Parts: sequence; C-alpha cells; structure tokens
Amino acid sequence: MFLKNVFKQTVLVVSMAGALGLSSLAMAADDTIKVGVLHSLSGTMAISETTLKDTMLMLIDEQNKKGGVLGKQLEAVVVDPASNWPLFAEKARDLIEKDKVAATFGCWTSVSRKSVLPVFEEKNSLLFYPVQYEGEESSKNVFYTGAAPNQQAIPAVDYLMKEGEVKRWVLAGTDYVYPRTTNKILEAYLKSKGVDEKDIMINYTPFGHSDWQSIVADIKKFGSEGKKTAVVSTINGDANVPFYKELGNQGISAEDIPVVAFSVGEEELSGIDTKPLVGHLAAWNYFMSVDTPENKEFIKKWQAFTKNDKRVTNDPMEAHVIGFNMWVKAVEQAKSTDTDKVAEAMIGQEVPNLTGGIAKMLPNHHLTKPVLIGEIQENGQFEVVSKTPEVAGDAWSDFLPDSKPIVADWTGKETDGKPCGNFNTETKKCSGQKYE
Amino acid sequence: MFITRILQNDRGGQIMLAVLALVLVLVPVLNLLVPAGSPLHMPTYLVTLLGKYLTYALLAVAVDLVWGYLGILSLGHGAFFALGGYAMGMYLMRQIGDRGVYGNPELPDFMVFLNWKELPWFWYGFDMFWFAMLMVLLVPGLLAFVFGWLAFRSRVTGVYLSIITQALTYALLLAFFRNEMGFGGNNGLTDFKDILGFSLQADGTRMTLFVLSGLALAGGYLLCRYIINSKLGRVVVAIRDAESRTRFVGYRVEHYKVWVFTVSAMLAGIAGALYVPQVGIINPGEFSPLNSIEIVIWVAIGGRATLYGAVLGAILVNYAKTVFTGLMPESWIFMLGALFVLVTLYLPQGLAGLVKNLKENRWWHKFSRRAQT
Amino acid sequence: MLKTTDFTRLLLLSVLLWVCSPLQAEQQSATLTQAAPLFQEASFDKTREAVDLLAASGDPEAVPYLQALLDGKLYQDKAQGTLVIAKDGNTGDELRKIPTNNSLRKYVRGAIGQLSLSHPDAAVRLTSANGLLETVTPEMAGQLRDLLEKETDSAVKEALSLGLAMADLNAADKAVRLTAIESLAGNLHPGVRNRLTTMTTDIDAEVAKAAQAALKTIEDTAALYGHVETLFFGLSLGSVLVLAAIGLAITFGVMGVINMAHGELIMLGAYTTYIVQQLMPNFIDYSLFVAVPAAFIVSGLMGILIERTVIRHLYGRPLETLLATFGISLILQQLVRTVISPQNVPVSNPSWMSGSLEINSVLSLTYNRLYIVLFCLMVFALLYFVLRKTNLGLQVRAVSQNRAMARAMGVRSARVDALTFGLGSGVAGVAGVALSQLTNVGPNLGQAYIIDSFMVVVFGGVGNLWGTLVAGLSLGVVNKVLEPWAGAVLAKILVLVFIILFIQKRPRGLFPQKGRAAGD
Repeated sequence: MFLKNVFKQTVLVVSMAGALGLSSLAMAADDTIKVGVLHSLSGTMAISETTLKDTMLMLIDEQNKKGGVLGKQLEAVVVDPASNWPLFAEKARDLIEKDKVAATFGCWTSVSRKSVLPVFEEKNSLLFYPVQYEGEESSKNVFYTGAAPNQQAIPAVDYLMKEGEVKRWVLAGTDYVYPRTTNKILEAYLKSKGVDEKDIMINYTPFGHSDWQSIVADIKKFGSEGKKTAVVSTINGDANVPFYKELGNQGISAEDIPVVAFSVGEEELSGIDTKPLVGHLAAWNYFMSVDTPENKEFIKKWQAFTKNDKRVTNDPMEAHVIGFNMWVKAVEQAKSTDTDKVAEAMIGQEVPNLTGGIAKMLPNHHLTKPVLIGEIQENGQFEVVSKTPEVAGDAWSDFLPDSKPIVADWTGKETDGKPCGNFNTETKKCSGQKYE
Repeated sequence: MFITRILQNDRGGQIMLAVLALVLVLVPVLNLLVPAGSPLHMPTYLVTLLGKYLTYALLAVAVDLVWGYLGILSLGHGAFFALGGYAMGMYLMRQIGDRGVYGNPELPDFMVFLNWKELPWFWYGFDMFWFAMLMVLLVPGLLAFVFGWLAFRSRVTGVYLSIITQALTYALLLAFFRNEMGFGGNNGLTDFKDILGFSLQADGTRMTLFVLSGLALAGGYLLCRYIINSKLGRVVVAIRDAESRTRFVGYRVEHYKVWVFTVSAMLAGIAGALYVPQVGIINPGEFSPLNSIEIVIWVAIGGRATLYGAVLGAILVNYAKTVFTGLMPESWIFMLGALFVLVTLYLPQGLAGLVKNLKENRWWHKFSRRAQT
Repeated sequence: MLKTTDFTRLLLLSVLLWVCSPLQAEQQSATLTQAAPLFQEASFDKTREAVDLLAASGDPEAVPYLQALLDGKLYQDKAQGTLVIAKDGNTGDELRKIPTNNSLRKYVRGAIGQLSLSHPDAAVRLTSANGLLETVTPEMAGQLRDLLEKETDSAVKEALSLGLAMADLNAADKAVRLTAIESLAGNLHPGVRNRLTTMTTDIDAEVAKAAQAALKTIEDTAALYGHVETLFFGLSLGSVLVLAAIGLAITFGVMGVINMAHGELIMLGAYTTYIVQQLMPNFIDYSLFVAVPAAFIVSGLMGILIERTVIRHLYGRPLETLLATFGISLILQQLVRTVISPQNVPVSNPSWMSGSLEINSVLSLTYNRLYIVLFCLMVFALLYFVLRKTNLGLQVRAVSQNRAMARAMGVRSARVDALTFGLGSGVAGVAGVALSQLTNVGPNLGQAYIIDSFMVVVFGGVGNLWGTLVAGLSLGVVNKVLEPWAGAVLAKILVLVFIILFIQKRPRGLFPQKGRAAGD
C-alpha cells in the first residue's frame, strides 16, 4: 500500500514536470519570431500596464499586416506578472528560457525592472522599458525608451522658473526610488540656480497616501510667505486624486501654487474628476493633444483597435511605439534576431516620434526626446504651454556628485574602447555590472 | 529508528517525505545529467520554480504547527518569512562588494544613493555567512518570542490575536517601505551576485539551493512532527482544545505557547532565507497582510492539523497560480476566491480530510478489496 | 476647449454657426483694437503687454474680454485680428484660441481687480479689494484713501483699510508707520506677516521693535489656530476611520463574524455613488442624497446574500469565516474589474462639498471634511438609535447575547442574523459614499481600509459602538498630532505599535463588554 501510494504520487509529479517540459518543446517551432510582453494584467499595477499590453498587441498586429519582420510573422507572448515583483523575474525567465522570445517589451515600476534586470543580463536577452524613470542605470540588455530625469524634471523646473517666476519649491513625492532620485537631482539643480536651502521643502509620503490634510496645509503655509511657490510632484498614481482634491478644497488654485507632476497623464486623468486639477501642469515627452498627422493617425488606429473612441493615449505608449519601431528596423538591419547583433544595430537608429520630431537611440541606450509641458484641461487633456527641442537622455545625472563622473557608452567610444554602461571617467574604470 | 518512530502513525507524512526524497533525486538527474536536447531534460527555471514551492511548503508547515496544533491563527507569519529573507538578503547584498552600480566596496547601492557615508550598525556582521544565518533564526525568533510573551501572558486569544498579528506585519510593511529604515525601501534588496563564492546564476548553485530547500522542508516537517509527538505536543493540543482547563490542571500555558510560536517563526525565517536567493529579490511586499492570509489559505486547503496537508496545499495552490495566471489572468481570481469559499464550506478538513474520508468510506474499501482479489 | 476627438464632428457644425451667429465682434472700442495685434503675437509676454494696455485704459468694456481670456473663451479671428468671445466653445477654423498659462491668468485677474474696484456690486469690489492685498504698494495709499471714503459696504471697507495700513507700512513718516503696525497687530493675513517680517530689520529701532511685538502676537494667535486645525484634521481622519469601521463594529462586534469582505462592501457603496452620478449627470449636487440610500440597499443586499449563502454555515467558527469572506472579497473585487473597469472611475464632488469655510486667514475648514464629520456623527446616532430603541435592535442584542434563550423567547434568530449582517453591510456601503468624496474609487478601495477598520473595532472593544466611535476619533487625532514631527508613515507605525501594546494591556479594548457575553 505504502509503495503503491508513493508510486502514484511520483507519477503525478513526473507527469506534471513532463507536461511543463513538453509544452516548452511544442512551442519551439521556428516559423515565427516571438516577442515577449511583460506587463501586469492583475494587481495594483494593472491599471496602468494593461494599456501597454494592448499597445504592444496592436503594434505587433500592424507589423504582421505589413508582412512581419525578416519575412516571418511576429507572435506576441503575453504573460501576467500580477504586480508581484519576484514574479516579474520568474515570468521573465519563462519568456526567455521557455518561449525563447527575441525581445521583451515590459515593466512599469522601477522595482520590477530591477527585479528582471539580472535575468535579462544572465540570459543575454533584450528588454524595452517604456516608462520615465530615475536614471542611474545603463544595462547592455535594456533599452530605456522612457524619459531620464533630465528629459522631464529639469525642463519642467526651468519652465516654472522662467514663466512662473517661481522662487520657492515644494518637492513632494511618494517614498520610492524614482521620486527620491528626481528630487535629489532637482535639489542640486535648484541650488546651482541660487535657490536657498530654506526655500526648498521636501516631503515623502507612502504609496496610496490618502489623507493629505496636514501636508497640504503645510504647503499652503510654505507658499504664503511672500515668494511665488510651486510644487514639483512625483506623487505616484492613486495618491494623486486625494492630493489634488485637498489642494482644491483648501483653496489653493493653480494660479497661486501650481503643481507640476511627472506621473499624471491622460490615462490617470481619465479615471478621475478633473475639476480640481484644471490649470495644474504635467511634464511629459508626449501628449495626446499634440496636433501632428502622425499622432492623429496613431490615435485613430488605437481607438479602432480597442473599439472604443474614448480611449486615450499616453506617454509610455509612445515610448513603446518608438521602441518597437526601432527594434523592427534594427532587426531588419542586422538580418537576425540575435541579441548582440540587434543591440549593436539599435544604437544610432532613428525613427519619427509622434510629436513631429525624430527619436534617436543613443550609445547609452537612452533616446532623444522633446520635453512638453502641458496644463490640465477639464476634459482630461493637456494644453501644451511649452515644448523644447529634442533633449538627449542622460543615464547618469550630472547633478549628483556620485554619478557625475560616470558615463555610459555601449559603442566604447567614450569609455576607452570597451563598451561599458558604468564608466568612471576619473578612475578610467568600468565598474558595476561585469559581463564577461 | 528515530525517523520511523516519529512517523509511526503518519501515513500522509510518510508518502509526502517519500515523494520529496524521490523529487530530490530525480530533479538533479533530469536537470544536470540528461542532456538539454532530450525531452526528459528539466530546464533550470523549473528547478528554481520547484525550489520556490518547497520554501512555501516549509512556511505552510510552520503556520500549520501554530494554527493546527496550537489553535493560534497567525495572520503575521509572512512577516517572519520576510525577516528571514531580509537577513539572507543582507548577506547577499554584502557579497556584491564593489560590483555594485556605484562600485562602493562597503555600502550597498541604495545607501550610496541615499548619500549615506557609512554602514548603519544593524548591517554589521552580515558580511559573514554564519552571522547572517544566525540572524535568519534569531530575528524572527526573537520577534516571535517578545510578541508571544507579551500577548500570551496577557491572554490575548482567538480573533484578537489574529488581528494584532496582522497589525504587526502591517506595521513592519510600512516600516520597511521607508527608505530611511536602511533596507532599500520599496525596491528592497536585489541584484545579488553570489553566495559563499558560488554564482547564483550557475545551474549547480540553483540545484544546491533546490536540494537544500527540500532538505529543510523534510527537516522542518520532522521537527514539527517530533514536537507534536512529544509530551509537549500533547499539552499543546490540550491547550488548543481547552485552554482554561489545561491552565487549571497546572500547566503554564503561556510558556508552551511562546515556545511553539517561536519555533514556528524560526522555521518561517529559514523558509524565507531559502526563498530569497532563488527568486533573487526581497522587498517589503512580502510583509503585506494579504500574503499572510494567503499562507493560511494554503494550509486550509491542504488540511489543517495534518502538516503534510500544508505541504500539499502550498504546492498545489502555487502551482495552480503559476499555470492559471498565464492561461486566464482574469477568471483566475474568481476561481481562487470560489476555491476559498468552497473549501471552508465543504472541506473543513481540507484535501487531506477529503482523502481520509474517501478511505474510510466503506464503498471505497469494498472496491479496493475487490480490486485486490 | 475642444476635444481632439470631437474636432472633426464639430467642424462642420461650427462653421455653420459662425456664419449665422451674431458674434460680439462688431463694435469694439479703441483700446481693444489697439490691443488686438499684441494678442496676435502668440507669446505670453506680448499678451501680457496687451493686458497692461487694457488695464491702464480703465475702459470698462475691456472687462468682459479679460474675463473671457481668463476663462479660456477669448478667440481671435485669424484673418482680421478682431477679438471674439466664444459663447459655448462653438468656434470654427477661422478662430484661434488665445493661449494662457497660470502666471498670465493670475496677472489678468489682477488687472480685472484694478478695473473693478469701483464696480457697483459690493461682492465684486470685495473680491478685487482682497486681490489687491497681495500686490499693494505704497503709491496706492492715496487711491485707497479715496476709495475708502466713498465705500459704504463694511466688508469692503475692512479690506480696504487693511490694504491702506499695509501701504502705510512703507510710508515716509515714522508716526504713520507706527500707527500702521499697531493697527496690524493680531491680523492674520499672510501678506501682513510677510511685510512685518521684513520690517523687523528696519533701520529705525523703534519701528523694528514695534514690528517684532506685532509679529509675536500674530504668531501666537496663528499657533493657537494651528492647534485647532490639527484637532480638526484629526477629527476628520477619525471620522473616516469610524465610518469605515462602524459597519464592522456590527458584523464583527455584535455578531462575531470576521468579515474580510467588509472593505469590498465599502467599495460597492462607492461604486454605487459613481453609477448614481452617471444616471443623473445634470444633478450632481443632489446625487449624494440618492446615493446614500442606494448604497445602503446595494451593500445591504449583498451582505444578506453573503450571510445567507456562506456565513450562515460558519457560525461559531470565526476563523473560518475569515477565510471564506476573504475569498468573497477576491470575487467582489474581480467582479468590479470585469463588469465596470479595472481603472479607477471618476466621482465628482457636489459643489456644496468643495471649498472651505474660512474662519480667518490661517484657519479654514474644508467643507467636504466638515460634512464628513457631521455625516459620521449622524450615521453613528442613527445606528445607535436602531440598536437601542427599535424592536430589531432589541432582537439583535438578544441574539448576540444568548442565542438559545432568544430563540426560546420566539426570536427568529436566522432572520435576525441576516438583517444584522445586512445592516452592518449597508452601513459599510454608506461609508463608501463618504469615501468616494475623498479618495479614488477603484477595485482596490476596500483593501486600503480593511486593516484600519479592524484596528479601530478591536481597540474600541468588540461589541461596543461607543468604543468604535471613541477609538476611531482618538486614533485619528493621535495620528495627526504625531504627523508633524514623525511624518505620515512613522505616525501610522507608531499608532499600530501603540494598539498592539494596548491590546496586551487590555485584551478586550477600551470599553470591554461586561457580563456573560464577554466570554469567547
């Protein structure tokens, strides 16, 4: 009896393992090129990431209608890491080892990127990361198609200084890496512009913070001391609505104390009552309201694809569009989906962005992007009040003492001939990630 | 023999350990010896996945020890798991040395980034493996001891206890989210390179970790079974069933409770320490009260107060999660929710109870007798 | 404001309208024609010059144009350069909207203020006088004096004399300055404080000293009001906690059911508000009066459904109800995600909930918080009344204290259980309506409040409504008192640790139940 049971159990386990193994075999057919889509479809991040999954499906579908890539059809492999950071690494490993994807488009939060990074480096596979982030990173295997801090934060502050004559600054953010880095960079930048220490107020709140009474009251006090004040907000996602509501209710209008946000876009605005936000600002590299033929066509395609003429577009979507188009061009140029060859072909690749300019992939794996400042309108769209020419993304901020001497160059030109993402120009040493 | 004596009346445990032993032999063979092209080859990612399940199973055993036998529904065991994980993570973090992003030999990247100039005192010693391993046991153990000592002495029981364990893990969640705490904030600890000099990426290391997880599970299981079979175990069950009566008989109830609770927390800590190098990241999300509730649910589904049921439940639920989150991410949550409701309503003894019922069913007996003749 | 998506559809219609409708472009005054080309430059600086021109002219006809510029309704004919005020956004291709930004709008507001200081309507004069306080200069003293003489309205008079005193602070005559300082002592207007702060370093020692003394009184008063404000913040946070927890105080406290789906019942109430607002988009101001009973019914019915199908089978096994209701909470969340949307949905504030009650310049109580405190007290009073004074309440208490005896006395305990659970759930739904006015309405709404709710009930003492009220309010106040020096997160952690330790000391909470019912 005992042995019999043991045997039964073993059969179960082996067949379970076998089933997994076989399924991986069955999928190894070679007539398509697989593209991984690694975005949370459930859990807290599903709100933002589901849209990006749909964007990728649309882009892949469209490319297939044009005849695919290298004469092969593309096949999207969609997995759900469920907003669980360890699960991101697990699913990334699945995509690379089991599905043998040629490249992966995915992640939203910094921590999810940090979680998958070692996997992509170990397996030497490519990741396209579409969200604005804190910088201080350049991996051989990652292409950062979102903004680096110098492509969002600094131009926004410049705008407020010039147009708004702002003299006092509140840097308010959610307590995680992106706001911390951005605020550190901004603090250094503001000081370099002669802003006094006591004219900068820094405040961090936890994720999903909903009781803003005291903080907004503090901001109000801070702003009533005679100098024009602005809030630079790196407050994340859900915490924004109660924040703006409280601002409105305590009688702080965009004219008194404007708030410029880096994490509030069209998608976020579509889920809230926009009245208290009107007139406040956001800085992005793309707005849905930008009036260019490319953008109009993209919006039309998107709304047709989602069968919803109210669906909005946003900045990370544009990042995926650029990233995907570049990847297609690079694969065509390299005539292969081999990671090293594609990565090499990616650098210098140029594709039109949706705001009427050209995005270029730089040797540090970041893009050139224009910076747009928009004022929030009641209909949830942005009215562009300022636009810069294309700015080159800087992986290592020049305003932080530790990263100032560091450069990234995957062609090796600026890094003594050896490609490196973390090269100290003072010590001439390539540190951090070691790839040999 | 010692082991056979412990497992004397534990058929489920015997089967479970036998399967575990078989898996621990088969998996390395299939992974390392069978060539990669063969259909029987087991890819490394599967090994890691199985390893993760095993650590969850150990965690579930720890929860079953306190819930099934002591009657304490802990909604905070995720906290002990995470603390063990953090202790291991801190060791792995120190092992990175100057291979970090900023190349600082002393400070982990996130500290450089926060402009910290020197290592905070509570990071001292974590560069030594033995010290970190000691902490894996001591930190969750100590927390459980202090918490249990306070709670059990003032006779906080039942629902109240469940809710303050939840408050405990919630408070830790909030604390670890703070960057000022010095544990990496929201991002937690990641980007690990190697353990005891072996690269974490290497197949051999992964296999070793997998085997260690299996052994830890077996060891943890035997330990729990030993405790339950001992005289202490019988007092523990008596406390579960009639606490006041046990106290009146003369037993110092709170001592027994604290002792078992602490052992359970240490087991959870070990599970966490084995979990972290296999998944490659530890962050405050592990403290989330939802995680702790989920662990209890594994135990409930597998079958409370059986120990092997906890193992079964943990592995089944997580396997289902892996499969169904991929296949049907939307309806999966419905299924999971319905499963919890149905199991509590119709399978109060869990799957282990179901198997037992089937066996005791006469019809089944007749059937099996006929099959034998 | 034009939606890009609507653009093409509107185009045809608007061209038609443009041809037919008599727009206000015919007879424009000289200043307007003069300013028009400046607007055409499409740069904020030039627009500002144009505004200056209009403001300096004193031309009352300019006011509606400036107001339109402020509202984003001022357009300019591309070909002729004439300025046009669009009535309802129906503009054609010939018109170009004149862009504005925040600082420009602020500037325009100032200009309108100057132009309307002698407006016949006292309310308009008051707004402009108040607006003036921000930018008052010594040169304006004479003008203000003239206005003050003519002014009849007392509120406007007060604002103007404050402006005058502030202008006099920079007067050349030392005596005038000293009188001005004296009259400003105790005034809480932020402009006053800033002026006085700069004057504490006045070269004249006497003036500096007077300024310091005046500043001291102001700061003392401000600090006092600061404490009042903190107390209010604490009470309002506390009311949110009480509202979220009070339904649980019934299901958990009275019935002993650990309802992990409680948060989702709150969420259902919030979604009901959303749906009610969708159904009556033109009556947002009244939507909450419909939403409160609707949410009570929706969540209450859902509660009864849960009780009849699941919880009924689990009485006496509190820990098992925890697991089953956790499953239900997952199902309800996913249901909302599938049926409505995984995204947050917009719920608007009625106009009477926005803004704040200004007590003075440093203390203003926001209306939404104020109403929520009141609402919380109302809900509490009503619930207390139901449990204490009605037949249902009597039966509920009877069943919770001694089920067998109650049944023997003819109480249909199953029905009472269902109704009690329905009542608790319905109250959770009502709390959802209140929360929808403060925070995001999304599938995760309930998750954010479930732990806090349990803490409040346990801290207050299970089975005691008063306990829940006192516990909720005091936790809110403690949290807000700690927040300024500990930060939001640490304050919350400290409160949690405090509760953990408190439960060790008093395992039955603040107000333990007495008697037989207290046993497990």
